[in-house]
Amino acid sequence: MSGIDRRLFVAGAGVALIGAAAKTSGGRIILPFGNGERPLVTMPGKREMILLTSRPPQLETPFSVFNDGLLTPNDAFFVRYHLSGLPTEIDPRSFRLSIGGHVDTPLELSLDALRRDFPVSEVVAVNQCSGNSRGFVTPRVAGGQLGNGAMGNARWQGVALKHLLAKAGVRAGAAQVTFNGLDNPPADGIADFVKALDLDHASDGEVMVAYAMNGQELPFLNGYPLRLVVPGHFGTYWVKHLNEINVVDKDFDGYWMKTAYRIPDNDCNCVEPGTKPDKTLPIARFNVRSFVTSHTDGAQVAAGKATELRGIAFSGGDPVNRVLVSPDDGRSWQDAKLGEDLGRYSFREWKFGLTLAAGRYPVRVRAETVSGEIQPLEASWQPAGYMRNVSETTMLEAV
Amino acid sequence: MRSKGLVIGLGLLAVAAGGAALTVYQRGDGPAPIGMSMEPVSYQLPEETVPEALADAGAEAVVNNCSACHSLEYITTQPPGMGEKFWHDEVTKMVKVYSAPIEPDQVEVIAKILNDRFG
Repeated sequence: MSGIDRRLFVAGAGVALIGAAAKTSGGRIILPFGNGERPLVTMPGKREMILLTSRPPQLETPFSVFNDGLLTPNDAFFVRYHLSGLPTEIDPRSFRLSIGGHVDTPLELSLDALRRDFPVSEVVAVNQCSGNSRGFVTPRVAGGQLGNGAMGNARWQGVALKHLLAKAGVRAGAAQVTFNGLDNPPADGIADFVKALDLDHASDGEVMVAYAMNGQELPFLNGYPLRLVVPGHFGTYWVKHLNEINVVDKDFDGYWMKTAYRIPDNDCNCVEPGTKPDKTLPIARFNVRSFVTSHTDGAQVAAGKATELRGIAFSGGDPVNRVLVSPDDGRSWQDAKLGEDLGRYSFREWKFGLTLAAGRYPVRVRAETVSGEIQPLEASWQPAGYMRNVSETTMLEAV
Repeated sequence: MRSKGLVIGLGLLAVAAGGAALTVYQRGDGPAPIGMSMEPVSYQLPEETVPEALADAGAEAVVNNCSACHSLEYITTQPPGMGEKFWHDEVTKMVKVYSAPIEPDQVEVIAKILNDRFG
């Protein structure tokens, strides 16, 4: 047991554990897959959310939130950690972000300096967990069994990473930039959660060290006081409680890059169910997705009257160009009307009006990007259950 | 105010010509950074309970070992009926990949309990 943080150790079954910060109303929700019943809980800074795990905290956004507006409220934004050694107190006055490694002048920046000494950047961008929707993957795979709520869209404010790298002065021969946060492993020997981006990507002016989310400080559970924002890329790169940036002169080979968060290195990023890929590469950009948010699966609508469907679509940065809706399980498709454009990394609203005679309708929705990436009608499969983006089906019953 | 923004970082996916409003801005003249309280922020670990499916003496090896590093919902939310190999692989992964401090003779014990209860 050496190396274990004893405060986290549970002495025996049935013993009450540490803390009292999560409240539960006793409410539960059933995600529509096997063993999908989850409690609803309230953690600090959060409204009632779907609990996946308590330690480390993992919370999923109730899907109805996505129909309330294009920006996901901070108190409803999903939470995902890997390691249970969360910081318990952060003092913003003494907090420093270090930028070091293969640079001319290592920096130690206070939050005041970050906000005072650099241009302010803003981007509206979706953050989505690599394993969002894993619970729907068939055949099932191990991992966090999430519904569709491990995603959210926010307006992020901060400093473009390129300004920080420029101030530190990246030396010749630099290859990648690594990112570490204040959260730590619970025991010796477990790899700290450190992620890396190629230098070109890190310097592209879009990757941002964010200190604000939707006009407010980051909620603690979303990475207070700083998190990396990597527009169009899966959440694994959006390191929370970010306090250490290192420029390195070769490809970083830490566990969370070299072994975890890998996807099949082929055109479909997929393999035959139950098999392993020959080659893998680090997960990167989102594939295109779309959802109905106005109606839940199995919802009733008025037969013979106009129904307006509404939803969201997003992609990895190649803008959503069309959203297609089919009332007949994909036999016929029509274009939905796209709504407000908050940028190519944001959720894009869509609306579609239709009138249904009495009956049951498997309504499908399918988004396509400018350069022609389109959601598949049949789900593909990868061993870790990442990147699910099959065209969704919402059953409507007109009565 | 936003119209004053200088659009940057178009890269290969640029669509400015198509009229889409990009929202990556870099502005010397705004927006102003948000205010921060600068008061220390603390986080208290949430309350945990041992799930009913593991709350008896027969599951002690699971509770004592697994909850050293993570809460037990990690186990109880896994898909049903995955079989013996699945649970054995998971426990082995925790030891070999994540260096979980589990005594070697406990690996089979834990895997058997998990398969018996959630197999």
